[in-house]
Amino acid sequence: MSMTERARRKAEKLDRLGELAAARDDERGVSLWQEAFRRLRRNPAAIVGAVILGIFLVVAVLGPFFVPYGPTDTIGIREGLVKSGQGIIPGPSADHWLGFDHQGRDEFSRLVVGARQTLLVGVVSTLIGLAVGAVIGGVAGAAAGLGGRWGRWVDGILMRVIDMMLALPSLLLAVSIAALLGAGLDTVMIAVGLVSVPVFARLLRGSMIAQSNSDYVLAAISLGVRRSKVALSHVLPNSLAPVIVQATLTLATAIIEAAALSFLGLGNPDTAVPEWGVMLADAQPYLGIRPALAIYPAVAIIVTALGFTLLGEAMREALDPKLRK
Amino acid sequence: MFRFIVRRLLQLVPALFGLSVLLFIWLHKLPGGPESAILGERATPEMRAAIRENLGLDEPILVQYGRFMRRLIRLDLGTSISTKREVTTEFLERFPGTVELALTAMLIAVALGIPLGYLAARRRGRFLDHVSVAGSLIGVCVPVFFLAYVLKAIFAEHLHLFPSSGRQDPTINATRVTNFFVLDGLLTREWDAAADALWHLVLPGLALASIPLAVIVRITRASVLEVLGEDYIRTAEAKGLTERVVRNRHVLRNAMLPVSTTIGLLTGGLLSGAVLTETVFAFSGIGAFVADSISHRDYPVLMGFIMIIAVIFVLVNLIVDISYSLIDPRVRVR
Amino acid sequence: MALLEVEELSVTFRQRGRRTVRAVDGVSFSVDAGEVVGLVGESGCGKSVTSLAIMGLLPRQAGVTVEGRADFDGTDLLRVDRRTMRDIRGRDIAMIFQDPLSSLNPVLPIGRQVTEVLARHRGLSGEAARREAAELLDRVGIPDPTRRLREYPHQLSGGMRQRALIAIAVACRPRLLIADEPTTALDVTIQAQILELLKELVRDSGTALIMITHDLGVVAGMCDTVNVLYAGRVVETARRRPLFTEPRHPYTVGLLNSIPRLDGGRGERLSPIPGSVRDVLPWADGCAFAPRCSRQVPSCVGGPPALVLTHTDRSYRCVNPVPPAAGPATPADSGTAPAPTAGGSAAGETRTTAVPAAREEESA
Repeated sequence: MSMTERARRKAEKLDRLGELAAARDDERGVSLWQEAFRRLRRNPAAIVGAVILGIFLVVAVLGPFFVPYGPTDTIGIREGLVKSGQGIIPGPSADHWLGFDHQGRDEFSRLVVGARQTLLVGVVSTLIGLAVGAVIGGVAGAAAGLGGRWGRWVDGILMRVIDMMLALPSLLLAVSIAALLGAGLDTVMIAVGLVSVPVFARLLRGSMIAQSNSDYVLAAISLGVRRSKVALSHVLPNSLAPVIVQATLTLATAIIEAAALSFLGLGNPDTAVPEWGVMLADAQPYLGIRPALAIYPAVAIIVTALGFTLLGEAMREALDPKLRK
Repeated sequence: MFRFIVRRLLQLVPALFGLSVLLFIWLHKLPGGPESAILGERATPEMRAAIRENLGLDEPILVQYGRFMRRLIRLDLGTSISTKREVTTEFLERFPGTVELALTAMLIAVALGIPLGYLAARRRGRFLDHVSVAGSLIGVCVPVFFLAYVLKAIFAEHLHLFPSSGRQDPTINATRVTNFFVLDGLLTREWDAAADALWHLVLPGLALASIPLAVIVRITRASVLEVLGEDYIRTAEAKGLTERVVRNRHVLRNAMLPVSTTIGLLTGGLLSGAVLTETVFAFSGIGAFVADSISHRDYPVLMGFIMIIAVIFVLVNLIVDISYSLIDPRVRVR
Repeated sequence: MALLEVEELSVTFRQRGRRTVRAVDGVSFSVDAGEVVGLVGESGCGKSVTSLAIMGLLPRQAGVTVEGRADFDGTDLLRVDRRTMRDIRGRDIAMIFQDPLSSLNPVLPIGRQVTEVLARHRGLSGEAARREAAELLDRVGIPDPTRRLREYPHQLSGGMRQRALIAIAVACRPRLLIADEPTTALDVTIQAQILELLKELVRDSGTALIMITHDLGVVAGMCDTVNVLYAGRVVETARRRPLFTEPRHPYTVGLLNSIPRLDGGRGERLSPIPGSVRDVLPWADGCAFAPRCSRQVPSCVGGPPALVLTHTDRSYRCVNPVPPAAGPATPADSGTAPAPTAGGSAAGETRTTAVPAAREEESA
């Protein structure tokens, strides 16, 4: 067989595979997402979650441009209105909608600007977890499913690594990582991110393995397509749905865990920079004087986490292949 | 069965080994190096030099690791920088408190969660169902330490129904036997001490129970719903069995399988939550001590406690695995 | 007096966002003591839902409506209170389901699943119950019954599981047994054994049996009376022999004709019923089978076809039934009588010959 002949045959094979995959995508890709979206639209919990998130995103992204005062501006102390040492921290007023905090800063402005920081922490840590977890899990799963004996060995090792990460309860794992890196916002992001690695790793791995056994992958391989190409262009996109669901849910817990780390003193040491977790931690000593200082950021955290959770759970139900007609 | 257990225990060894390596690396990578880890951050250069010589911190890394492992096996986990006592001692003294707290929380979560989840499933689509689902979603979104503060503020400081801190009223002269305060009170027949200790467990227990409760309600509800749709329930009904028999012997016995695994998996979260809850309530368990160690940079304590907790956690997961195979006859190892 | 008299049973399912489904639309039949009655039809014709309605096993939700009567020995099962129904179930009426693996509780030993029904209705417990359970398992042909008592469902084969379910059903000597496709999930060789077992039990104990199936072969082997269901209503009732030799309803004829025959000539085409179950008219608007019927006449549409009763145990719901002389196409007959095949070929012929017959019956 000549070179051109071989090339032509290879091209034909790839075409046929492309048709197969396209048919597969048409059958599963379009209808899965469309149907899921339709189901989401009818789900009241999903709508509530989406609305909450929408508000959160708008506040986080655009809010800081419109706040009445600077979040680090200690107006209250300058104007002599706030004397936290003596237990005087004024509450809501016409000028300051949520009053002052213990350092004389406008609570409302801090809350709004804090949304951006919180969003940052949540998104970055989730992305870290997703990236690292997806790589580890994806490689492990692909190796296990498509790599033969060598692949299963690779999978075994990677899973041992994941198991070791799971040997510690999440907060303690985050604490140990944070102890290594010193207190700070990026520490919190990395620590919380790494805590969610096992979840994503398991998810990707499971998805890869399950798909490796599916018919269309077997067909592709038997048609001669290289395994790596199969893994990247066919199996990976189909694993997308559960990953998105998990990322949404992880965002919710990331925000809460970040708050916990701040509470323990591992957050941003420069407490001037507003972040809901730090604000909540800082408010502890003043609970007797003005409990609202803790309640505002707490409610913000709870509502935002709830929004992500509602949307995530609704998406999980909507994308569940078992519920498809 | 026995071989199964032995095999699983042996699988633990490499995991624990890997853990010790990680910890060793962690110790050496801490800011300030292992000298800070042992002496604290305020050590003078002379003290640091002395320690370096004393502990042979200039020797090759593998030798150090060998010494580290030897100490570990002897259960010598070092000395706390803040309290100057042995880490192991501190752990053993405070562990019972956390165990009591964790047990209380788990008890609350299970005793409330399973019936609630079951009822929510039976009355699907009705008010109780919606409330339970909503509650379980909100439950995981509330930071535990915030909930602890709210409970403390309302029920302890405002309403004076429960004590706001500690494990026991200092005015009660309770005799210590096991350091499990409630148990001690019962053993020594000091009923007021036992009751007082129990009373101190209520609020922190509730705070700690919030997340497990939410998870158990959800899993129970989902599991019961799934079982209710199974054919064998229809067979049980067709036999004319009473509602109570169908519920207990057929529905619950099958529905509880995934719930039991979940309970096992929740123990890890309990330890995390304990750190936060104990701090708020000044409850002298290992959780509060970990929190203190973080703020004091008391690395020996952190390392020691984390090592012990990891081992406990892994053992608990193993027990959960084994008990699952005992409960479900389909999984039983022949 | 019949043991079970079902009159105009209807079951409607209403769900938010979905169409209302009349799964059972006016089913009437009766079962005498000791009789074996067949409920035959394709999937979706409502035969299973009928049996579940009689047993009171339909989900008790707002969207499920049951109408009609199901008179069992004087008691209307559809109107009795739940506690009484629980007493009746298992003791007077018992049911066997289709999939033996999923119908057994996976975490209970087989023995327990038998003794619990003995405890409930016969008050047996402990050793006495276990002995009786072993005897029951033995009676249904399970080897080494005492050992089986302690085994779990997943340790038994499919046939043995179904036998166990039968043992459970007959444990309290019910007067009526309902078997819903009991052999569909089993291997063919086991099927025959299970059917033999059922026949034997019914004969020895005088229990009446309602056999729900889509398999006419099963019907031919077991049933005294046969009810053919279509789209939730009984379209023909007959005793076994007349049903097979002189079917009147075109659907019955279609069913009989669509069975591939070993003695059919080579190259002879299979004759399925044209169209599908979805090509259906609501009964209120006419005969549900009309869209697929080769004998359709104008009077088929407009209102529900009336039930024609020819003998006490023979009835059909058709305005243009197959004339009694022309039986189903048997190879011996195909050359002589104008065989009404379900295919369209003889449509014109049958229609012209049938119309005068229909007009006769209408005026009668």
